[in-house]
Amino acid sequence: MKVSVDADKCVAAGQCVLLAPEVFDQREEDGVVFLLDEAPGPDLHDGVRESAMVCPAAAIHLAES
Amino acid sequence: MNRVAIAGASVGGLAAAEALRKAGYTGAITLIGDEPRPPYDRPPLSKQLLSGQWAPDRLDLRPPADIDALGMELRLGVRATGLDLARRTVSLSEGADVPYDALVVATGVRARRLPGTEGMAGVHSLRTLPDALALKERLRPGRRLVIVGAGFVGAEVAATARELGVEVSLLESGPVPLAHAVGEEAGRFMTRLHLEHGVAVRTGAVVAEILRDGAETAGVRLADGTVLPADDVLVAIGSEPNTEWLTGSGLTVQNGLVCDEYCAAADGVYGVGDAARWHNRLFGTDMRIEHRTNAAEQGMAVARAILGDPRPFAPVPYFWSDQHGVKLQAYGHLRDHDEALVLDVDPEGRRLLVAYRKADRLVGVLAAGKPPKLLRAWRALIAAATEWTAALAITAV
Ligand SMILES: Cc1cc2nc3c(=O)[nH]c(=O)nc-3n(C[C@H](O)[C@H](O)[C@H](O)COP(=O)(O)OP(=O)(O)OC[C@H]3O[C@@H](n4cnc5c(N)ncnc54)[C@H](O)[C@@H]3O)c2cc1C
Ligand code: SF4
Repeated sequence: MKVSVDADKCVAAGQCVLLAPEVFDQREEDGVVFLLDEAPGPDLHDGVRESAMVCPAAAIHLAES
Repeated sequence: MNRVAIAGASVGGLAAAEALRKAGYTGAITLIGDEPRPPYDRPPLSKQLLSGQWAPDRLDLRPPADIDALGMELRLGVRATGLDLARRTVSLSEGADVPYDALVVATGVRARRLPGTEGMAGVHSLRTLPDALALKERLRPGRRLVIVGAGFVGAEVAATARELGVEVSLLESGPVPLAHAVGEEAGRFMTRLHLEHGVAVRTGAVVAEILRDGAETAGVRLADGTVLPADDVLVAIGSEPNTEWLTGSGLTVQNGLVCDEYCAAADGVYGVGDAARWHNRLFGTDMRIEHRTNAAEQGMAVARAILGDPRPFAPVPYFWSDQHGVKLQAYGHLRDHDEALVLDVDPEGRRLLVAYRKADRLVGVLAAGKPPKLLRAWRALIAAATEWTAALAITAV
């Protein structure tokens, strides 16, 4: 699985960080998302998929392999 | 479980479909939506789309390939018109009835209108992409816009329209804009921000009449006689749930489809998103909330329930709003609070932190111009139903 984020769309809601703290984090000053892990292991896939679903800005994209 | 019908093809309906597939459901999904466009996102309508920063296709919730991959029967441009609970079928504006084993009601809300203004040139609502494009077309430097209703949609449009050089009056019938949603403290903070940016905020303003000049809009007359000339009027006085199609079905509709704590309205029927009123166990109260994240989370919860793993849906609601470059974020259930305590506000009016108490509990927090990460600690306290004085003591350190 490859994860990408669109920082331009992100509204800093932090829902992704709540669901998959190993993969997503937020910039300190404005809360915009950044990736900690672009190719997370299988144990993290569920949390990442959920993040992509709930992200209120549709800013998280997954390429499942 | 072989046939799931979903009425409403927006964020809530789509989240339910995605979550069903993700959980391994391989049966049929029929997604019925009366808008012709594939699911798109509404929050940018009053922000990046209206300002011209984003083109309409940036609003697509998913790329077309991802929608295709869900293997659904997509019925776009088709309206659900009725429900037969006994036969388990949904009737449509065109085509055969859709049978279901489980039905998801995600038909959202529509903008409330001022009586008699339907179809008037220059009188706008803002709920859909066509609404936003029509309004955008009219917002030019020097033009005059009167916004009736200073809720979030009205306030966001006021900010975006100012950016575009439009002269804006924002009318609030109560004493403080946004107060019914976030309390007077936060409402006053936002009012100040609007005034600083040249929005003419008028409180206690009740519209008596939309003034016409032939076929065009000329302005509004207020109940106190004041006339506000305008080229356009945006009516942003709240919303009404799209639940008429359920009338006579036997389901209870009371300002939203009434659901239990699992979001079930009847055997096999579930409510999701802006249209649903459900019992949130965490706050011990029924709520219907119009927040983007809630629609997605509720869609996912309902998918679980449909697949036989119901759990009480008890989230900490979250919303944000962008106005004049300030991001407002809130967690919790802010409405009907007993106390709103301002914990931080800077003299320049750029920073605000408010905590909300109901009885002896912390039930909400709102921040503006604060690092968003700071709110996570507050969210955790709200999720744990923390007692008020304990919460304040913890966050004071
Ligand atoms: C301008 C604007 C700005 C917003 N900004 C924010 C924000 O900053 N933050 C935030 O948290 N939230 C915001 N929201 C709210 C957010 O967009 C909603 O909470 C969210 O769209 C709810 O999703 P939903 O799927 O429940 O309903 P909706 O998005 O309303 O979708 C319901 C769909 O069902 C369709 N439908 C209705 N009746 C029928 C029928 N009988 N048959 C078939 N289809 C039907 C509707 O046409 C619509 O396409 C904003 C909303 C607007 C309008
Ligand atoms: S959930 Fe989406 S909007 Fe929120 S921080 Fe993560 S990427 Fe940004």
